[in-house]
Amino acid sequence: MTGRCGRSPAFPGLVAAALATLTSPATARAHLNSTGMGPLYDGVLHFVLSPEDLLPVLGLALLAGLRGGAQSRRVLFVLPVAWLLGGLAGTAAPATGGSPFVSAAWFLLLGGLVAADARVPQGVTVGLAVVLGLSHGWLNGSGMGDFWPAVGALAGLTASVFIVVALGSAPVVSLRAHWARIAVRVAGSWVAASGLLLLGWAARLR
Amino acid sequence: MLGPAVLWAYPALAHVQQGEAAGFVTGLLHPVSGLDHVLAMVAVGLWGAQLGSPAIWLLPVCFPIVMAFGGMLGLMGVHLPGIEIGIAASGILLGAAVMVEFRPPLAVAAALVAFFAIFHGHAHGTELPPGQSALLYSMGFVLATGCLHAAGIGIGEVRRGPGGRSLLRAAGAVVAVGGTIFLWRALS
Repeated sequence: MTGRCGRSPAFPGLVAAALATLTSPATARAHLNSTGMGPLYDGVLHFVLSPEDLLPVLGLALLAGLRGGAQSRRVLFVLPVAWLLGGLAGTAAPATGGSPFVSAAWFLLLGGLVAADARVPQGVTVGLAVVLGLSHGWLNGSGMGDFWPAVGALAGLTASVFIVVALGSAPVVSLRAHWARIAVRVAGSWVAASGLLLLGWAARLR
Repeated sequence: MLGPAVLWAYPALAHVQQGEAAGFVTGLLHPVSGLDHVLAMVAVGLWGAQLGSPAIWLLPVCFPIVMAFGGMLGLMGVHLPGIEIGIAASGILLGAAVMVEFRPPLAVAAALVAFFAIFHGHAHGTELPPGQSALLYSMGFVLATGCLHAAGIGIGEVRRGPGGRSLLRAAGAVVAVGGTIFLWRALS
């Protein structure tokens, strides 16, 4: 049976339901790093978009690559594992913001070692990987909230660290041309220079 | 239809960090926006190419680090007198060095380049627009400066061709003239 205008008596109810659906607020995606594809990809994206994480990893990868295959292989596995362990430990801690002074120190240290083509022993390189992984993993994990989504995000972060170390160190290990190794050292000097400027900004904005 | 269309609630993408990308692009563009900086950076590459190894790689490694040190001094509020004069003088002296094929000991060449790098870093490394990422600005600034050095080295490789040495010296003369103009403007 229809009403005066030929409409179903249920029509106002349908309109109300449609309006309620359309006007209901959608999820407020508060952070750019939310990919919509789950915490694993959120972790990947966070790492790629965070130069304070990405640059030290790249610097360490270049340093290990300059020192040869043995050091690169150790860093390739030690750094991601340390990052994951630091992140898991960090999930139990309240959110902690990273210090720009610490980031600048990592840039200066690793960029300077690459620029100088420093002949650091394997123990030092592995030690740097452990400290870098634990500290940055802790900072990443401390802001992630619930444990299980954090585990997914940390898995994405760890995989990203592994891939960046592999892609950063493997080509450098195979470099034989003098100029190519110098190009790597120039890249290290840029990382160190960015660290110096970051140090100045941190001092100014403090 | 109008009601639902107007009232449609979109996701609130609240923190898009708009200044982040702008910080990198601003840093990347800043060194190429000032001709005085461009001339001096290219001159470093030209001189490195002219001097050959190891200066060809030592100067571009040395310059960004010392330039960043100059930028850090500026950010910390350390006053440096005669910044613009120093930048113009860098164009004159580096251009003249290329023009006359000046071949000092490596340490002297590195010290000369490093001395002028402080002025360039102090003047340009501190000009971050408000609301942008300092780290990404710094990375873009250093990257662009390094690319200018590479461009200078690339141009300097004309020395290998016939008449290339003369061309390289002529390029040095152009840089020196440009530096002189900038010095005139700085003093007037």
